[in-house]
Amino acid sequence: MPNFIMSYLGSTVTPGEAGNQFWALIYVLIIFAGVSLAVVAMNWFERKALAHFQIRLGPMRVGPHGLLQPIADALKLALKEDIIPAEADQFVFWFAPVIGLLAAFTVYIVIPFGPSQAVSDMNIGVLFMLGVSSLGVLGIVVAGWASNSHYPLIGALRSSAQMVSYEVAMGLAVVSAVLMTSFNDKGTGTLSMIGIVQAQQQQGIWFVFKFFPLGLVAFVNFVIAMIAETNRAPFDMAEAESELTAGYHTEYSGLRWSLFMLAEYAAMIAVSSIAVTLWLGGWLRPFPNLLHAPAWDFIFSLFPGLTFGALAAIAVIGVMRMPAHPYFKVQRIGLAVFAALLGFIALFLLVIAVGARFADATNLPEKLEALLRIFARFSEGIDYVYWFVLKVALFMYLFIWCRATWPRYRFDQLMRVGWKVLLPITLVVLILTAIVGVIVS
Amino acid sequence: MIPGLNLALMAVFTTTTDPGMEPVATPFFFYLLSGLAILGGFLVITRRNPVHCALALILTLIAMAHLYLMLYAPFVAAVQIIVYAGGIMVLFLFVIMLVSIERASKDRRFNRFWPVGLAAACALMALFVSAFVKGRALFPDRMIAIPEGSNTQQVASMLYGEAGRMGQYTFAFEIASLLLLVAILGAVIMTKKKI
Repeated sequence: MPNFIMSYLGSTVTPGEAGNQFWALIYVLIIFAGVSLAVVAMNWFERKALAHFQIRLGPMRVGPHGLLQPIADALKLALKEDIIPAEADQFVFWFAPVIGLLAAFTVYIVIPFGPSQAVSDMNIGVLFMLGVSSLGVLGIVVAGWASNSHYPLIGALRSSAQMVSYEVAMGLAVVSAVLMTSFNDKGTGTLSMIGIVQAQQQQGIWFVFKFFPLGLVAFVNFVIAMIAETNRAPFDMAEAESELTAGYHTEYSGLRWSLFMLAEYAAMIAVSSIAVTLWLGGWLRPFPNLLHAPAWDFIFSLFPGLTFGALAAIAVIGVMRMPAHPYFKVQRIGLAVFAALLGFIALFLLVIAVGARFADATNLPEKLEALLRIFARFSEGIDYVYWFVLKVALFMYLFIWCRATWPRYRFDQLMRVGWKVLLPITLVVLILTAIVGVIVS
Repeated sequence: MIPGLNLALMAVFTTTTDPGMEPVATPFFFYLLSGLAILGGFLVITRRNPVHCALALILTLIAMAHLYLMLYAPFVAAVQIIVYAGGIMVLFLFVIMLVSIERASKDRRFNRFWPVGLAAACALMALFVSAFVKGRALFPDRMIAIPEGSNTQQVASMLYGEAGRMGQYTFAFEIASLLLLVAILGAVIMTKKKI
């Protein structure tokens, strides 16, 4: 059995490249479950973080610190009556959320969580991501039209205009990052997501710092375009509640509405993954070139375990700070179990990381050595996924931060920013990147 | 462990690292995608509601993008999705939503132009048939198999050329770019009353 496990873990290619459909299916299921869980967690975290930004408490009633609020919300949405307006276009109304969801989840095929931790590595990875994620707007546009109502229609029109405008700036920013991959000995770059991260590894620099400040400017432009592209505040013109009630999903209710929310958050995670892959080194840990001694590898491989340990510690503090009143008894036990679970995960990850450290030691018993080899591969994979997910999580926080900080743009301001500010800047950055790259290499 | 089970497990679990991976069920996917494309095209011309037509057209375009993928042209497939399905069709929908759909769907469409349309369709059909009949002489017998990994590079070197040498299609590419530029200028001049 260790051989089978090793043949998985020891693989240096993605399941798509190896042509193993069964394995690819497992990855797809893991990613689907992971993203859905991340969306649920993000839902809770966004409400909590926004509340604290505004000096409120946010959800506090369902579970300790409202931890079970997403579950209660999901139940409520599933049980709610699903209304289709009489004058709506029935089929299109039914189909619109599905388009958005399909587009948002298809993108995850090429997201590289590690050098072999992706469903597939396409030669056209970046183009695939941009193309499929731009299909998501069709869901919004069609939903607004099919509702046969004024506010949704205006929301849909705004959304389509906004999407078309910001896609240009977004694409040009991506091109300047792809251009940077070509400044090597061979002079050819790559569009593959895994290839782009490997190019950053070879050149020894994250593209956000390359040709300072060109990479940084392209990155910032991409982030602005990305927020606009996912219809998030301060660019959430399509669902501006003070003007359009709820914009394109005004007429939606229940499960169908929650599909829109799921698609929106999944798309946010997907575009953040593009940004992380192109500019922030994907799965690479900080300073892989400066601090590359085995001791540093070991220290950085402890990070996943320590993160879960810190979360467990926060949960333990929460248990201790819970009022002693009998009313809080159930909550207290629940939070304690949650803390124990987090602590167990932390312990597991730490054991694996420490075991991996001693995999190369001599005169070990044969069985133990086989086990430690598995630990070593496993720990490596966890490292890759951990750094990637950590960077994406920072982006998720950035989304919430922006939403809490800036007031909503007016529509003409939005268009002016897109066409007259972002587009010229990204064009200039692209040209300058090409010139500097030719001069330097 | 039982040897037979062992082998079966190996077949499922081990990762074959054979890079020359064969496509799966090619005829099935070809007929499925072609069928979807034809169905979409049929719906485009039969639906009364313009938004339904646009959605059917998107179906056709995406099915065609998949067909390009099957022809080992991933770059063209991706560009098809980005430009047509993602860009142009969103603009189409944008314009369709601005016009009054109630009135447009009651009008009989093509009421004056159907002979012209029929003639154009017949001419196109004749072109296709002749290309199909004489295709042997016009096109190479089989496609050059470009490895999937270098497809984008191949497209680039055909359009822009290798170092110091003009590509096969550089001139045509530049002409097309110029034409698009003229079209953009024309659109700006036609919409702006005062420049």
